[in-house]
Amino acid sequence: MNRPETTEKNLKTEHKSGVEMDEALVKIKTRALSVYYGATQALKQVDMDIKKQAVTALIGPSGCGKSTFLRVFNRMNDMIPDTRLEGKATIDGIDIYSPNINVVTLRRLVGMVFQKSNPFPKTIFDNVAYGPKLNGVTNRSQLEEIVERSLIQAAIWDEVKDRLHRSAMELSGGQQQRVCIARALAVSPEILLMDEPASALDPISTAKIEELIHDLKKEYTIVIVTHNMQQAARVSDYTGFFLLGELIEFDKTERIFEVPKDKRTEDYITGRFG
Amino acid sequence: MTTALLAIPNLQARRINVLEAVFMAILHFLAYLPVCALVLILGKIVHSGIGVITWEFLTQAPVEGMTKGGIFPCIFGTLSITLLMILIALPIGVGAAIYMVEYAKEGVWVRVIRAAVNNLAGIPSVVFGLFGMGFFILFVGHHLDEVLRTGLLFGKPCMLWAAATLAILVLPVIIVSTEEALNAVPQSHRSASMALGATKWQTIRDVVLPQAKGGILTGAILAISRGAGETAPILFTGCAYFLPRLPIVKLFGIIPMINPMDQFMELSYHIFIMATQSTNAQKTMPIQFGTTLVLISLTFFLNLGAILLRSHYRKSLGQVTLQ
Ligand SMILES: Nc1ncnc2c1ncn2[C@@H]1O[C@H](COP(=O)(O)OP(=O)(O)OP(=O)(O)O)[C@@H](O)[C@H]1O
Ligand SMILES: [Mg+2]
Repeated sequence: MNRPETTEKNLKTEHKSGVEMDEALVKIKTRALSVYYGATQALKQVDMDIKKQAVTALIGPSGCGKSTFLRVFNRMNDMIPDTRLEGKATIDGIDIYSPNINVVTLRRLVGMVFQKSNPFPKTIFDNVAYGPKLNGVTNRSQLEEIVERSLIQAAIWDEVKDRLHRSAMELSGGQQQRVCIARALAVSPEILLMDEPASALDPISTAKIEELIHDLKKEYTIVIVTHNMQQAARVSDYTGFFLLGELIEFDKTERIFEVPKDKRTEDYITGRFG
Repeated sequence: MTTALLAIPNLQARRINVLEAVFMAILHFLAYLPVCALVLILGKIVHSGIGVITWEFLTQAPVEGMTKGGIFPCIFGTLSITLLMILIALPIGVGAAIYMVEYAKEGVWVRVIRAAVNNLAGIPSVVFGLFGMGFFILFVGHHLDEVLRTGLLFGKPCMLWAAATLAILVLPVIIVSTEEALNAVPQSHRSASMALGATKWQTIRDVVLPQAKGGILTGAILAISRGAGETAPILFTGCAYFLPRLPIVKLFGIIPMINPMDQFMELSYHIFIMATQSTNAQKTMPIQFGTTLVLISLTFFLNLGAILLRSHYRKSLGQVTLQ
């Protein structure tokens, strides 16, 4: 595989999935990004600009590489043996795969919420305080303040404020997921990656999470993977459609859903996909 | 069908019922057989041993060719060596398991280590005793003495080497249960921690180990059960035939602590000695039973303590989800 030249010029010029976006508003940028698991190529030459303080949804059939794409940005793919990456991924113009990037710092900047809620079997307080403690916050009142702020942001404070020191495992699935969101927010990231955050939840919890995403985008750059077309349409500003590792189409959400350019995109969003 | 039919006795059903009852009785009997054996053994030991157990017996050293006095040095020795054994085996075993589960990639080396661990578990304990003498005393000990110029300090049987030998014996138990405990921690918790910017070691320390604690303690319990009361491994490596003083050294001349460089008496070895080497085995018979009773109770209480400790950890947060 030939490694593509990733010069500055290459970064600035137009790319195939063309949305015009003001350079200053771009938070994450990928150019000719390919990811391999051993011999299988999971992402093929993906170019995407992800806008600051907006929600970008990733859609596409199972196995098309959405999660892989998401894990590029907090380098969680690094932990999977035999993964290889080509091309370029930048955050605020900084190549996050350059050798002098500190992965730990990167992960504090880029939070992640997983498909299945995965609170630690600790108290709600300790779950949310986990990240800040890693960052060296030991002052109790400071921790309390961070925990409260994060839980309020994650729209779960009222439901748990009287049971902060009870196990997070005692909460419902929807509540657990919001605690996980609070846990991710507690380290004050700038980017929030969400991999099907509501797929295991009931409609009411899902609605709460969607509302939450809407509020969070005022402060955070959010990238969300979803299998639910209505959800993508409701929560996102931009949508990217992936197919077999390729970014087929990327545009403003309303354009993707109203006037898709590619036949395959149209087939997928209308549910006519084979 | 009317309910009146129910009142008519059904002979065939009755015959089946009888057969079934006989069958059940046999199964019952078989199921209770081990219990009976246990009750008989324990009953005999308690019956013959309880008489000699007095305050004096528990607190004095043996006198008059072990036919009189107590067994306190043996109790002390057994407790000390079990403690020392677990202090040596636990960090090594847990460390090895962490390495295999969390760090090493599944491959040739891990398979080699695992095979070694499994084979270690199958070796008869007397082989450990011989190995301990050859390796720890003759090899490690002698060389330490040469290098450190300590005369004959390490190159002789003592509690340290006996405990080290026992530690190797119980290592597989600890490694296997720790591995199981670590594998039971969901991968998603590790991902969540790493995604928050934790390093691998922080993740192990703050997320994985707290959840695995219960399982690791189970391993420690099993190790103690396995190790305490073993005679063969300590036979050549440190236990004394007769040593009425306690293996204690005064640290800085004041703080008393167990002296790992000293020899020691031990309960199971003491029983063996009294039964086979005593000049008057008949006369020591009640003491043998008493000593056995003490050994059994001691192991029982060690286990009970560890079980309580484990259930305490289970009850503490989250362990609910583990089992
Ligand atoms: N850890 C891994 N090792 C090897 N191959 C992998 C691994 N993870 C994913 N893949 C492969 O990479 C491709 C993309 O997977 P990915 O999980 O990114 O898809 P996805 O779009 O998130 O699918 P889904 O909607 O089912 O979550 C698939 O072909 C998958 O088999
Ligand atoms: Mg996925």
